[in-house]
Amino acid sequence: MDFFDRFAIPNPSPVIYASMVAIGLTVLAIIAGLTHFKKWGYLWREWLTTVDHKRIGVMYLISALLMLFRGGVDAVMLRAQLATPDAKLLDAQHYNEIFSTHGVVMILFMAMPFIIALFNFVVPLQIGARDVAFPRLNALSFWLFFMGAMLFNISFVLGGSPDAGWTSYFPLAGNQFSESVGTNYYMIAIQIAGIGTLMTGVNFMTTILKMRAPGMKLMKMPMFTWSALVANLIIVFAFPVLTVALAMGTMDRLFGTHFFSTDAGGLDMLWANLFWVWGHPEVYILILPAFGIYSEIISTFAKRNLYGYKSMVWSMVVIAGYSFLVWAHHFFTMGQGALTNSIFSITTMAIAVPTGVKIFNWLFTLWRGKIQMTVPMLYSILFIPLFTIGGVTGVMLAMSAADYQYHNTMFLVAHFHNVIIPGVVFAMLAGLTYYWPKMFGFMLNEKIGKWTAWLLSIGFVLAFFPMYITGLDGQARRMYTYSASTGFGPWNMAAFIGALIMAVGFALIVYNIYYSVRYASRDIGSDPWDARTLEWATHTPVPEYNFAITPQIDSIEPFWDAKKNGQELFKGKFEKIHMPNSSGMPFIMGCIFFAWGFSFVFSIWIPLIITTIGIFVCLALRSFEVDHGHYITVDEIEETETKLRGAN
Amino acid sequence: MKELFPAKQVMGFVFSLILTIVALLVYYTDMSFTAGMTVLLITAFIQAGLQLIVFMHAGETKDKGAIYTNIYYGVFMALITILGTLLCMIWGYV
Ligand code: HEM
Ligand SMILES: [Cu+2]
Repeated sequence: MDFFDRFAIPNPSPVIYASMVAIGLTVLAIIAGLTHFKKWGYLWREWLTTVDHKRIGVMYLISALLMLFRGGVDAVMLRAQLATPDAKLLDAQHYNEIFSTHGVVMILFMAMPFIIALFNFVVPLQIGARDVAFPRLNALSFWLFFMGAMLFNISFVLGGSPDAGWTSYFPLAGNQFSESVGTNYYMIAIQIAGIGTLMTGVNFMTTILKMRAPGMKLMKMPMFTWSALVANLIIVFAFPVLTVALAMGTMDRLFGTHFFSTDAGGLDMLWANLFWVWGHPEVYILILPAFGIYSEIISTFAKRNLYGYKSMVWSMVVIAGYSFLVWAHHFFTMGQGALTNSIFSITTMAIAVPTGVKIFNWLFTLWRGKIQMTVPMLYSILFIPLFTIGGVTGVMLAMSAADYQYHNTMFLVAHFHNVIIPGVVFAMLAGLTYYWPKMFGFMLNEKIGKWTAWLLSIGFVLAFFPMYITGLDGQARRMYTYSASTGFGPWNMAAFIGALIMAVGFALIVYNIYYSVRYASRDIGSDPWDARTLEWATHTPVPEYNFAITPQIDSIEPFWDAKKNGQELFKGKFEKIHMPNSSGMPFIMGCIFFAWGFSFVFSIWIPLIITTIGIFVCLALRSFEVDHGHYITVDEIEETETKLRGAN
Repeated sequence: MKELFPAKQVMGFVFSLILTIVALLVYYTDMSFTAGMTVLLITAFIQAGLQLIVFMHAGETKDKGAIYTNIYYGVFMALITILGTLLCMIWGYV
């Protein structure tokens, strides 16, 4: 039985046992449901083996929404514990585990897949391509991300969750202070998902550089595609650092090396350093696509072209460069001298300049626009002032001398939620609402959507602005409780109420999906928002090949010009279309990686060796496989096109 | 026959073997730490360049521009990261 001891939870509680039962029942229910409705074949053929960028996008989206709720439950528990002084809801250990998983889940398994979902669904359509450059690699990216996320998520029922924060600083994250396998999960699950993300980066850079429709010069690309290009460039240069840091951390924990130990020549601060060499660019990987989404939405619903296209592009390129020059602002207090801190202070403040340029461009776009206050637009309008406050507090943090006061207090927590929630989360929800009709053929309900946007905004302000105050008063982050004499009580109660309001907002999203599935009109045409870019020029639902005829581009807003000036987008007649074949290999490799990661986490060496060999066998098989894809004939295209045209 | 013989690749291969032998000398001879590191760094970078240009055909297609831009950007980022890390952990640490 000794073998099984390792899977036990080090700090059990009734909630965890309840979750185990719930997970078991859900799995059983899913299996029973699939069998009962005879959906296994459908699931395998249409989803698990697909290489279609649209379906992969939808799978990313579903995973991101699931993780949003997992991370959201964590958040409500954290706030509930802090709502009153000396609360006993969670003990210190559980509090640690929950804030650690909350951070990882939200950044890596919610925000990242959400933006990658939109890359997948939107970018090939926006540039007039048939798919991404490497469709099968794309499927593998998804499955690696998905299996990494699942591996991370089982940690709380098998072996224990990581408890050293989403930043997992050594020496705390070393074996001496983190005895459970929790931090192994951190190192290995993120590694697997991270490899998937790195491949996404390569894939989308190639797609955008090589597969644009004829005539679409770089400076004629839609703004979201630009933001995707820049974000993927940052991915390609930042993620390898994380890969290496995680590998070193894994070796320290499992093989007794001393990269980050405090003795034997190790340098614990090196982890913090490497983490943020990746970590700061990472926050820009998240925010730039968000900026891209807002740009699309603001120009669509202000009914004018985006103000300052060139400065928008250049500000993103400059941000991409700067984002690699500022990382030390995350550890101003670690002991570097004044010179080092000043250098990083200045580079950090400089980032606010291109960010400001973008804010003004959006304002100028709105200025003379005829504003249509749809749900996506409402999110964008709420974003501008709320995000700006987050940017301003960022500049406050950037002053290294002042940061000695703010660092590791609730003020910092308020700052990054202030940029991530109105910045990234609102953008993703706006993008979700905006692209929903293209994905699923009906619109989400506007009225419920507006309620959601307002509830999230009000909840957000109530939940996070009090933290600025308690943070300045000295409430430290990651402390599981405080005494009544500190006076933090009322502010934290307000924050808890804010969190509950946000929870209602998120629940409304689910209700909205349910409501719209049942009642929304399916007769919406292919361009329900009267939009400007190419993704709206094809049918809804989007056929497998995206565009029957490759569009010819000669302006930044080709579809708008086609609608207004009658320029012809699709010239010529149908020709047969070459498409990639589906493949089970990415999914199978994902499963092997899951088993690999699991064996690694628990140091079960023989399965680890077998799965490692399995991975290489898959790679070798792929190298020798002959797969030329397939052709869609002209007849089939004609049939699909007539059918879809009839539908519209 | 001349066009068929991959002279450039064979020369490249021989050269990369020489670089490997030079790097191995660091292990087999008794060099000072600085000298050894210098030899290793120099041979490593030449070796990497050789692989990219000769064996991975970096400059042989019309994507030359994009490929080299990416490589230069990568090198630049790597240098920034290393110098910045040294600044934080060693030179600027009090
Ligand atoms: C004007 C732009 C910004 C500036 C000047 C800025 C500055 C800073 C500084 C100096 C810190 C470290 C403070 C400390 O640890 O004491 C920080 C932390 C952070 N910022 Fe920002 N920031 C900006 C924008 C953003 C954006 C756009 C995001 C994300 C989308 C973001 C996400 C974060 C995160 C996640 C952390 C800390 C995470 C942690 O320690 O766990 N920031 N920011
Ligand atoms: Cu930062």
